[in-house]
Amino acid sequence: MNAFAFAPPPPSPAAEALRDEVRDFLKTELAGRTPLQKAESWNGHDPEFSRKMGARGWIGMTWPKKYGGHERTALERYVVLEEMLAAGAPVSAHWIADRQSGPLLLRVGTEEQRQSILPRIAAGECFFCIGMSEPDSGSDLASTRTRATPVQGGFLVNGTKLWTSLAHLSHYMILFCRTGDGKEDKHAGVSQFLVDLKNTSGLSIRPVNAQSGEHHFNEVVFSDAFLPETAVIGKLGDGWNQVTSELALERSGPERFLSSFAVLVELLRVLGRDPSERAAIAVGRLSSHILTLRRLSRSVAGMLQEGANPALEAAMVKDLGALLEQEIPEVARLLSPVEPSVSSDSDFAAVMAYVMLHAPSFSLRGGTREILRGIIARGLGLR
Amino acid sequence: MSDTTADLLRETATRLFQEHCEAPQLRAAEREFPAAAWAAVEEAGLHRALVPEEAGGYGVKVTDALSLLRVAGEHALPLPLAETMLASWLLAGAGLPIPDGPLTVAPVATGEALTLTRKDGAWHLGGATSRVPWGRNAVAAAVLAAHEGVPHVALLPASAWTIAEGENLAREPRDTLSFDAAPEAVEPAASGIGPAQLRAVGAAMRSLQMAGALARITAVSVQYAQDRVQFGRPIGKFQAVQQNLAVLAGQTAAASAAADMAAEAVAEGVRLLPIAAAKARAGEAAGQGAAIAHQVHGAIGFTYEHSLHFSTKRLLSWRDEFGNEAEWNLLVGRHMAKAGADRLWAEITAA
Repeated sequence: MNAFAFAPPPPSPAAEALRDEVRDFLKTELAGRTPLQKAESWNGHDPEFSRKMGARGWIGMTWPKKYGGHERTALERYVVLEEMLAAGAPVSAHWIADRQSGPLLLRVGTEEQRQSILPRIAAGECFFCIGMSEPDSGSDLASTRTRATPVQGGFLVNGTKLWTSLAHLSHYMILFCRTGDGKEDKHAGVSQFLVDLKNTSGLSIRPVNAQSGEHHFNEVVFSDAFLPETAVIGKLGDGWNQVTSELALERSGPERFLSSFAVLVELLRVLGRDPSERAAIAVGRLSSHILTLRRLSRSVAGMLQEGANPALEAAMVKDLGALLEQEIPEVARLLSPVEPSVSSDSDFAAVMAYVMLHAPSFSLRGGTREILRGIIARGLGLR
Repeated sequence: MSDTTADLLRETATRLFQEHCEAPQLRAAEREFPAAAWAAVEEAGLHRALVPEEAGGYGVKVTDALSLLRVAGEHALPLPLAETMLASWLLAGAGLPIPDGPLTVAPVATGEALTLTRKDGAWHLGGATSRVPWGRNAVAAAVLAAHEGVPHVALLPASAWTIAEGENLAREPRDTLSFDAAPEAVEPAASGIGPAQLRAVGAAMRSLQMAGALARITAVSVQYAQDRVQFGRPIGKFQAVQQNLAVLAGQTAAASAAADMAAEAVAEGVRLLPIAAAKARAGEAAGQGAAIAHQVHGAIGFTYEHSLHFSTKRLLSWRDEFGNEAEWNLLVGRHMAKAGADRLWAEITAA
């Protein structure tokens, strides 16, 4: 008997009907998008597109209607996500808010926080970033040093957050920082705060460019930044429990194996309808992997829908997904010789360049490979 | 049939296999057919699980019937359960009688075919076919052969063939059968069932067996890592070993999902694309998984005396039976290429 189980994804006719709706929407909305733009996948930032998605009811899909949500199932949400990612839709603006920030507020936020923010997220008009990593705290999140010190009416925050994707384009940050006196174990005395990025003084945002030259990441410095009492999310000092449940939930989504899907699409385009046997076998193998991963991923979505907390299974899906995402460009380049270049006239060359420059991050972000495997090992009973 | 009845079937199988698949019995099975174990399988009716109710079966869902093969794989069951289920499925589909006893199917090797002819109303089957699973132990074989371009199923008793013995890595019989005989009975195969479908159902079955075997080697490897102490601690405390076991677990999960996909595809009328993807993925997992299991077990796992090889030799054999990864990935790749780049995603979601 193994420690993990992947129940078959439940059939969902409603989800399949939704799929056609989403495809029609995307056909219109993405008509002018180039393969290179599509390769950005969930890195593409487009507030107007997010608003349109919100208007269609495709953000906050599983949330209660009283908060602007649509009370649809996890599998219906899954369909929207995977169609967006496979089509290369620019979903990054609302992605974090929809995936984890909103759900966090739903779980532990105050009624006031929920009422004032959730409907705006669901409308595709309110964007979030994650304030977790620091220069000296990556995988070891519990070693966070940024500190919120109680003062009259609130807290003063000092410290530096790093890798904060899209902080420069977000309305809010969910800040994870120390509030305790440091005498307890490092998992105690940490808390989460809602930071209004547009209306908080004492914070500055500086770009940290990726090796591709693009600006997604930021360094956010807090220098006696004041947060009101109402900024506390959930329970003061309970940040570790709150954040770990946030992390576990989203490791298994379709974004965990579709990051380089655009490469496979463009490869198929250059190979044509009748490729060599060698190329067909390689394409078939990658497709077999995608089919299997999709099944695993949907299985986890089904388990989440049932109210389970499949943290082990989710870690396994993410680990397998990153391996596949990184392998796709490596296989593709040997089937159709190409010199990758973002500015190339060849869609294949441009998409390959984009994905190659981002590939190292697939096994780093959202759960670094070595850490995930440690989590799996723990789930197997080894730690 | 309710879910609980299917669970009961699996529980019966598990208990039965546990009783008959301990290491001494697996060793003995490499030399001699385990007749007592087969008798128990027949008594429990497991071998008839794929026979539709209208042909004398007991109305188990196809996916539940096939799930027995995952359990069989987990226990390294040294019996033609899959083959008897496959033969009975083929025979039932053609409206032919299903003999008692262990059965097998032919042809199974890539590209082989037997010659079925009819003269003055009398059927004749000729030719030789290799790698037939459990040929020497089967009381009869269900043979798929074309007559005037139409797939037919022929039922032949063991007396109708001569044998040249062979085996796979796990010493499961894989025999060459030579025919020059009149079949007991011949009927056209069920609509839509031809060599490709027979091969696919065999591949789906091997996928399930491999998923079971991978589950077994993952469990025993984790246990071994917790039991084996070196440098003053269980070797499972070392990160290098933990990372390896995490990878093994991931491959096992992938194979499990692939096997489920294959079983559903058989139930939905033997849909080739998902079965192809499943066999390829499970086969890839089998090789990677077996290697890690041996690595974790160190030298002791490499011995005949230790029972790891009963599982790993089967994994390395089954991945090459009913088509290897290259064969099935070729089918998937050609399908996707024909659909074209802009339909790739639609094909994936419809698979």
